[in-house]
Amino acid sequence: MYVAVKGGEAAINNAHRLLADRRRGDRSLPSVTIEQIVEQLGLAVDRVMAEASLYDRALAALAVRQARGDMIEAIFLLRAYRTTLPRFGSSVPVDTAGMKVERRVSATYKDLPGGQLLGPTFDYTHRLLDPSLLTDPPVDEPERRSTPEEHIMRVSDILAHEGLIEADGEFSEDHQAGDLTREPLEFPMSRDLRLQALARGDEGFLLALGYSTQRGYGGNHPFVGEIRIGEVEVEIEVAELGFAVSLGRIRVTECQMVNQFKGSSKAPPQFTRGYGLVFGQSERKAMSMSLVDRALRAEELGEDITAPAQDEEFVISHSDNVQATGFVEHLKLPHYVDFQAELALVRKMRLDIEAARKGDRGELQEAAE
Amino acid sequence: MDLAKQIEPNAEIAARRRAAGLLARATTNDLRAAWEKLPTKPEVRPVRGPETGLVMVRGRIGGGGAPFNLGEATVTRATVLLASGTAGHAQALGTAKDNVRLAAVFDALWQEAGTRDFVEAALLDRIEQRIAAEDKQKAEETAATRVDFFTMVRGDD
Repeated sequence: MYVAVKGGEAAINNAHRLLADRRRGDRSLPSVTIEQIVEQLGLAVDRVMAEASLYDRALAALAVRQARGDMIEAIFLLRAYRTTLPRFGSSVPVDTAGMKVERRVSATYKDLPGGQLLGPTFDYTHRLLDPSLLTDPPVDEPERRSTPEEHIMRVSDILAHEGLIEADGEFSEDHQAGDLTREPLEFPMSRDLRLQALARGDEGFLLALGYSTQRGYGGNHPFVGEIRIGEVEVEIEVAELGFAVSLGRIRVTECQMVNQFKGSSKAPPQFTRGYGLVFGQSERKAMSMSLVDRALRAEELGEDITAPAQDEEFVISHSDNVQATGFVEHLKLPHYVDFQAELALVRKMRLDIEAARKGDRGELQEAAE
Repeated sequence: MDLAKQIEPNAEIAARRRAAGLLARATTNDLRAAWEKLPTKPEVRPVRGPETGLVMVRGRIGGGGAPFNLGEATVTRATVLLASGTAGHAQALGTAKDNVRLAAVFDALWQEAGTRDFVEAALLDRIEQRIAAEDKQKAEETAATRVDFFTMVRGDD
């Protein structure tokens, strides 16, 4: 029998009031502002924007604050917010070659046009906790070095010049870029749609999968051709004007992974590639994305599919942490009726087994006598 | 063929693109300061917005290949009409509705011969200079982190 259950309302209201209290914490401390989160926890804000698939630093910071720093909750909040807004259109594809570069490194060329620009990196720090940050010491202004304005050439273009690397991925003229926010996922999917899914995919999940390829589960022998971080112009065609205008700039991280070469009797050997592009400053995510992008090209490149990272349906179906958390966390919601049904079933099975055993024993005894 | 007639519209488009791009980068301070300086405030009627929505930002596979959808960004747009009949249009990343409405007013004023020079001098030049200074500072800060490799023994001398 199903009995409707009521009575949670007061508990829920009080729980949310308690949540607001715990979120605020000790009232004798100043409340953290959105501007402070944007400025001082910028990489948390970047991760929320990337995985929510919505670029807006102030709203992402609000989500971080509202979620008490729970990243997936913050991503969920921002993802939910985006559904309330109409879409005005699509941008002209951003030009990462024209990026205002803030960091650019290559692991394949030491001396390359534009140079190795370390930027604000954690690399080469000793990963020792810094007790001076327990207080608020004055911070030095950055060093400056005058620099001529120069075009910072893509590493993939250097290799492409010699024909040693495959071209940027192209489709036939009539191919329309897929959009997973508009159409349900269908497998197999084209690389553009996979990249959209990976760009919003969970950093931890993609990191683990990328790592698994390095450990031999679908290895593809990667080199970081280039990582670049910086601002790119977002332009949109304005119908009223009849031409594209800039809406401003966004910061992105791009990773060009150069992978194991491939050749045949017809084509000379060439390096293959994986690509990563992520909102904000997030090179761990961009690198992981490019490793997984390359792994997922196994079929296209005629490789055996033997490892999880090469399995498109497995990877793409489980990369979205909002979907994943929804399904995992729903388990804590009331399942009273389902469970009662299973409990009754288990009880009945046990009774049946006991009855059968008794029956058997009776028969055995009869046979013995 | 009259070459000047071909070039002229292109130059006008380039100028409008520049103005629209700079207005998208205007801060509240930029816009308010220019508005305060404006000798006669125009009569403005809203046509559309300001309204906030999304733009799907696209990237290219491998950096230069086929387009793909990277993710969305918030964008706010507004269209206004001056009493003179000139329509102004503005859009910018983010959700700053008041800024974008004011930027649309300045877009209209920029289109009118009598106020274009004022908008250029009081607003656009200022924004352009600020962006140039910020870009220069960032470029120089980044350049200071450039690795200067050196070798202990040189083979060629």
